[in-house]
Amino acid sequence: MTPDPILARKLLHEMVRIRRFEEKSAELYSAGKIRGFLHLYIGEEAVATGVMQALQPEDAVFATYREHGHALARGLSAGAIMAEMYGKVEGCSHGRGGSMHLFDAAAKFYGGNAIVGGGLPLTVGYALAQKMQQRTGLAACFFGEGAIAEGEFHESMNLASLWNVPALFLCENNLYAMGTALERSEADTNLVEKAASYRIAGKSVDGMDVLAVLEAAQQAAQFVRAGNGPYFLEFRTYRFRAHSMFDPELYRSKAEVERWKQRCPIAGFSVRAISEGWLTPQTIAAIEAEVAREIAQAVEFAEAGTWEPVETLTRDVYTARVQPE
Amino acid sequence: MNTVTAPVITTTYREALRMALREALQRDPRVFLMGEDVGRYGGTYAVSKGLLEEFGEERIRDTPLSESAFVGAGIGAALNGMLPIVEVMTCNFSLLALDQILNNAATLRHMSGGQFNIPLVIRMATGAGRQLAAQHSHSFEGWYAHIPGIRVVTPATLEDARGMLWTALMDPDPVIMFENALLYNLEGELATDAGAVDIDRAAVRRPGSDLTLVTYGGSLPKTLQAAERLAAQNISAEVIDLRTLRPLDMTTVLGSLAKTHRMVIIDEGWKSGSLAAEIMARVMEQAFYELDAPIERVCSAEVPIPYARHLEQAAIPQVETILAAALRTVKQHV
Amino acid sequence: MYEFHMPSLGADMEAGTLVEWLIKPGDEVQRGQVVAVVETQKGAVDVEIWEAGTVDKLVVVTGRKVPVGELLALLRTVGEPAAAAPETPKTPGTPHVATAPAITAAALPRAEAAAVSAVSARLRVSPSARKLAEELGVDIASVQAAEPGAVISRADVERAAQAKTLTPVAAKPAAPDWHAQMRMAIAAAMSRSKREIPHYYLATNIDVTAVSSWLETENLKRSVTERLLPVVPFMKAVALALREVPELNGFWIDGALRSSASVHLGMAIAMRGGGLVAPAIHDADRKSLDQLMADLRDLITRVRSGRLRSSEMSDPTVTFTSLGEQGVEGVFGVIYPPQVAIVGLGKITERPWVEGGVVVVRRVATATLAADHRASDGHRGGLFLAALDRLLQEPERLR
Repeated sequence: MTPDPILARKLLHEMVRIRRFEEKSAELYSAGKIRGFLHLYIGEEAVATGVMQALQPEDAVFATYREHGHALARGLSAGAIMAEMYGKVEGCSHGRGGSMHLFDAAAKFYGGNAIVGGGLPLTVGYALAQKMQQRTGLAACFFGEGAIAEGEFHESMNLASLWNVPALFLCENNLYAMGTALERSEADTNLVEKAASYRIAGKSVDGMDVLAVLEAAQQAAQFVRAGNGPYFLEFRTYRFRAHSMFDPELYRSKAEVERWKQRCPIAGFSVRAISEGWLTPQTIAAIEAEVAREIAQAVEFAEAGTWEPVETLTRDVYTARVQPE
Repeated sequence: MNTVTAPVITTTYREALRMALREALQRDPRVFLMGEDVGRYGGTYAVSKGLLEEFGEERIRDTPLSESAFVGAGIGAALNGMLPIVEVMTCNFSLLALDQILNNAATLRHMSGGQFNIPLVIRMATGAGRQLAAQHSHSFEGWYAHIPGIRVVTPATLEDARGMLWTALMDPDPVIMFENALLYNLEGELATDAGAVDIDRAAVRRPGSDLTLVTYGGSLPKTLQAAERLAAQNISAEVIDLRTLRPLDMTTVLGSLAKTHRMVIIDEGWKSGSLAAEIMARVMEQAFYELDAPIERVCSAEVPIPYARHLEQAAIPQVETILAAALRTVKQHV
Repeated sequence: MYEFHMPSLGADMEAGTLVEWLIKPGDEVQRGQVVAVVETQKGAVDVEIWEAGTVDKLVVVTGRKVPVGELLALLRTVGEPAAAAPETPKTPGTPHVATAPAITAAALPRAEAAAVSAVSARLRVSPSARKLAEELGVDIASVQAAEPGAVISRADVERAAQAKTLTPVAAKPAAPDWHAQMRMAIAAAMSRSKREIPHYYLATNIDVTAVSSWLETENLKRSVTERLLPVVPFMKAVALALREVPELNGFWIDGALRSSASVHLGMAIAMRGGGLVAPAIHDADRKSLDQLMADLRDLITRVRSGRLRSSEMSDPTVTFTSLGEQGVEGVFGVIYPPQVAIVGLGKITERPWVEGGVVVVRRVATATLAADHRASDGHRGGLFLAALDRLLQEPERLR
């Protein structure tokens, strides 16, 4: 795939935006501004960037708890996400969700699910409703390779295939479910074959190459939109940082991490874009500057945000109606 | 102001549920029913018998034995404009879908800061009494009533079997409807124009003045029998059917207590950490000075429900045990 | 100068031991560079710095356990001039690790001994009985349980209160007068009613000739003791009419109307020596006139002797007051909270009455309604009085 300069700029901009946002998040976490669990997407930027480029506004997205990148690439504002992680009312989930539960109804972004595999059945049902209501959008679901071991994965694959629903299954295989390597948790590590056993078409893709991701996602989305049923994509990727902030990474070697860092999706794409003449070094510097401004504004927005008064603690548990208690 | 009363028909709890399902399916194209064996088999308890022929397999949707996936799919469909009714064969099996019910259905609205609604109804059979032993007989109403974000209803009469479903479907939040399996054959009269009923309030099923018997679901018929026998001993028992276990209508419960000052709670759940315990706790908090005697509870024994009939019957509330508890409660100065 | 602190890597991390410095004073560092290794309860973690510059000073030596947030190093940011010569940290005398103050056994209170003696002396009184005793001014210590050792219940307190009333000489001089108490109770209830309840009032003149004539004929067939008081058919008619307008029959509790399925008619009965009670005739709508008469007679007897049951006091869903015997034409009552209506009946008098354009003499009574406007509107109240009128025109059907 050969991108035009506009697309190339867009892809790089999105990946840099995610990278810098995550770095700022790590810093703010260390400073105690962000609390709870913080799972960073650094190293995996090409996956969310490429996939979102292939999706349409009418499609729905279900994501994992490592979903800042998905949310940013889907178009949620960096400020709303940052404010959410601060716990402020201005956050995209009004401070009720935090890092792992980013939501946006307008963007059809159905969260941030912190139960591994928990979004899969939702996706199947959402896609079923699309079909029953003769709507055109598909339902896309991100999950890690760790979810493959969950029963919900197998139940959902079977149901999606049985009912032939417009679902796009996006497995981000970063090799480790927290600290458990894939080969230590799966008897068969060929993930595409697992989907195939449910008669779901699938493909394995280099998740460090944003163009490969985009191309595969476009083809898969087209397949699903054509009414052929669900599709399964495995993206082979790697997280450069620990599982969460408090993880000494006892389960993998520094040498392995360094080897993968050589395949950094941003550095790799930048070098290629310059050599192919898609982008100039000046453009890349301009992207960095734009992103730095946006991140700084996001932090300002979060800092200036407000805390919800404790008086409304129990709101949004039920829809407002007369309650007898 | 004379009210013209509609003619009544003799029917069953099961048929009343089916009427409710049929009405919902006719009334709103967004409604569909899914679950294990709801279609070709006609429903494990024959509640949905005949609906497949009437509404087709898109809307009467048989599912594989995948509780987590199809309950989750119901949540996903509810997120996306549908009004799904998901049937889980028994509440014991619902534990396989507990992740979806608790971690998604009950929380999505809150976690998203109020951006999404889950207008889903999950129906499940509950209760002992059919010698089905320890994996088909339990009562988890109280467990589910523990969860903020869902509403729990327990129809115990024909009117409620007929009328709760539509109201539950119109509720923007997830509702779990527990159908005690012993009630399916309950026969009685139902007005031909019976329709939707409220799911907010408890109901006084029998007025009385000497003590209050609080119950719900499958224990209601037993409690009414006990009240009848108490009346023969000149003891006037008021019977309250909670109807909705979450949120609890304590106004009705406390209103009755303010009159009788004595209370027995009948709850087929295990006694420890039960719904009955919750009601007792709230009475202590809100109406301690109304009590003229300690509250008694008639609950299930602390044992997985056994198979042998006499043991099973001994494990769950019975008319005799309700009667004995009531008499202990009023024994002074009746 | 940028201050580099021990980072917080999780809510469950309180401190970390500095294992290794990967930088030394004078080093240039980049934003995001790993500068130290910190041992936590989960293992060793690489710690990054979030500012670029030159290391000015390492404040903490390796091997020390450092609480989250404590200063680890100082950094000269880009463009900032060097201060003094770079320093390496001195070994501190004692490690600064916070520990909770030790709790010694001697500091714990010894509670058991005191608790036991307190319980044995305590009276066994139900919470409700204790509250009722307070309300009635009964000294709980003087109340006897029904049988020795039993818990003192509401019924015991009620009995004690009655005994006190019936034998005023035995009452303690300090205890307030029973009638004064009743006056105070009425005062409180009626003040609350007028304070909280927005009353509305309706009145209508009803031709009661039919019911009066029917009653006369009926009573002629009966022995003196079996005769019905004139008020009895009116009670039945009121109860039946209430069934048609349930907004008038029930309670206003916690901001909502709780209509009652049963009609428990509270009969306003004057007490000898002053005061008033309105105990219930239960299910008045379902009782025969004979039963109502019997109940009323029983109630009046017991009111006069002060032997009412507590349920009769708390159960009425509506109040009915008839002051006809006193020659009153119409009664505009004050609602007894939390009830939502009071129905009044004046004396029966012969009055000119226009019927089909002709003036005739009819026996007429004024029926009134005072109702709670929060629970119902005048239109509904009007329907009630119309229903009452209609029911009274067919007395034989009231039986």
